[in-house]
Amino acid sequence: MLSGRSISIWFFIGLCLVVDGALILAAGLYELAHPPQFPVVLFNLHASIWWGGPLFLFGVLYCYRFFPGWGKNGGGRAARGEEIHAKQS
Amino acid sequence: MISIAPLCAASTLVHLAPVDLVIIVFYFVLVLAIGLYLKGRSQTGEDFFMAGREMTAWVAGLSFLSANLGSLELMGWAAAAYQYGILATHWYWIGAIPAMLFLGLVMMPFYYISKTHSVPGYLKLRYGESSRCLAAISFAFMTVLMSGINMYSMALVMKVVLGWNINFSIWISSLTVAVYVALGGLRSAIFNEVLQFVLIWAGSLLIPILGLIDAGGWTALQARIAHNASAEYTHLWSTLGSFNNNPMGIHWTGIVFGLGFVISFGYWTTDFLVVQRVLAAKDLRAAKMAPIIGAAFKMMVPFIVILPGLLALAVLPVKLTGETAAVASGGHSYNEVLPLMLARYCGPGLLGLGITALIAGFMSGMAGNVSAFTTVWTYDIYRALIHKNASDRHYVSMGRWTTVLGVLISVGTAYLVMQFASIMDYVQALFATFIAPLFGTVILGMLWKRTTSEGGFWGLLIGTLSSMGMWAWVKMDPNALRYVALSPHARVMAEDMYRALWSWVVCVAVTVIVSYGTKPRSPAELTGLVYGVTPLPSEAQVAFYKRPAFLAVVVGLVFVVFNLMVW
Repeated sequence: MLSGRSISIWFFIGLCLVVDGALILAAGLYELAHPPQFPVVLFNLHASIWWGGPLFLFGVLYCYRFFPGWGKNGGGRAARGEEIHAKQS
Repeated sequence: MISIAPLCAASTLVHLAPVDLVIIVFYFVLVLAIGLYLKGRSQTGEDFFMAGREMTAWVAGLSFLSANLGSLELMGWAAAAYQYGILATHWYWIGAIPAMLFLGLVMMPFYYISKTHSVPGYLKLRYGESSRCLAAISFAFMTVLMSGINMYSMALVMKVVLGWNINFSIWISSLTVAVYVALGGLRSAIFNEVLQFVLIWAGSLLIPILGLIDAGGWTALQARIAHNASAEYTHLWSTLGSFNNNPMGIHWTGIVFGLGFVISFGYWTTDFLVVQRVLAAKDLRAAKMAPIIGAAFKMMVPFIVILPGLLALAVLPVKLTGETAAVASGGHSYNEVLPLMLARYCGPGLLGLGITALIAGFMSGMAGNVSAFTTVWTYDIYRALIHKNASDRHYVSMGRWTTVLGVLISVGTAYLVMQFASIMDYVQALFATFIAPLFGTVILGMLWKRTTSEGGFWGLLIGTLSSMGMWAWVKMDPNALRYVALSPHARVMAEDMYRALWSWVVCVAVTVIVSYGTKPRSPAELTGLVYGVTPLPSEAQVAFYKRPAFLAVVVGLVFVVFNLMVW
């Protein structure tokens, strides 16, 4: 959190996707190496990997693009009105 | 730190791995962090109750939809799809899209230009204090009741699906909502709703994708449903020529006029729970665009709600039944269809994300109820009737405490429903038809300058009473169904739709008759409130493809194509 600056809503979403995507991807890779005793239906498609991976990448992209303090006026696209503005304290 | 393990029952529908629990706990931490972050940004009434009126069209539009996309919406309609087939899609398409487009193009200019803070606030400006009070009190009462009912239903699902203790589910989720809404007000609610919207899609979209692969594609899915249930389950309109030809026992007139017109327009254009999100838009264009963006996404929701219900008909090895039969036989009920599909396809991690999507759905719905209740209570009841001239700071403080109080009342309602389950049916049935007369009052007020204050008040009052009267009539004498719903074969949903239609007709008729007998306000007094006497900003300088009307036409065309595809 940056004092006097606003954090974009999309940054929070990016953060959430990074963490969830990384966890899902890691769980999928673990299951690839150690297949479960009772796999889910269509386990052979390894959905955790191809779903968790893009979530993680989208998250990284959003975190990068909307990272607080980066870009004009300290808020990425804040200067172009693409976020929930916070009043400058 | 509360330990999860002792709260879990031995036998549950799904079993969470540690990675699933980490995903769920991280979600709770994140929403609380957002509330804490925004606390310092919600010091004035405009900030706390209206989010500073600075939302972009995208944020307002996604929040507008997310407030409606509660967990009951997700699980309830997936269950309905299993039970009634693709007919459940009507609640997402004709039961939402035309009304959302109408709100954006026709009604938002008046809500927005009048600078009202709520729908009852608009009634005050248009009709006077009595109409505002009637609408505000009934809205506040019904909203907290509905919030409690949703809370109880969610806790029940968590108990069945995860084995979580029902008290644990109620208190943890409701206190989280109370904290982040009380701290950051509407801004925090909207902020979290957009996050919840993304999570709902990320956690739910995988089920239809894997389900379609599992079923062998759409054509194979239709064939399997025809074999397992009936071919009628995959037709949206062609079976609605008679009450007896479709699983829902409904006629197309009920769908088009009852659902598609009265209930849908009533809910999407006058229920402050959703309209509040659009009122927080940063300018009129954003306010007009927000419902259109919401409509575009609403049209896609059946892919994550209805399709899983249909897929379950084709691929699940067990037959789902009603709640009573499931309890008696130890089997699974319709309401468990979405968690069953989650458990079928989602391994560790994905399961946590899917459960987080359900929790996020519940919290977005509850935050919507609570923030709308807080605004209506503080501005339309407390400030109007109890304490008129307090400072802005006082009202913000009242708003924070009302948020906590609203959550506590909701919790109380949840426990009340636990004791008397029939309350749930009563409140839901009345809520569906309470909004119908309100729509009549608002739409006449906006489009017909001859409508008078007396006409608006009496139309709303008698329309609401007529709805309650018809409901009581059918309760006391089930034979009355043939008059209220036009058929003795009509089911509960069909009855709700026709009751809404009649109460709207009563409201409009009374409003028109009383208005012709009373003196109208001068056009000058109606500027900014009524069509024909309100100058609307020109959009000539905006490129045609960026105009709300053009985008609404595009959404409308896609809506027509979708309906034709599954006719």
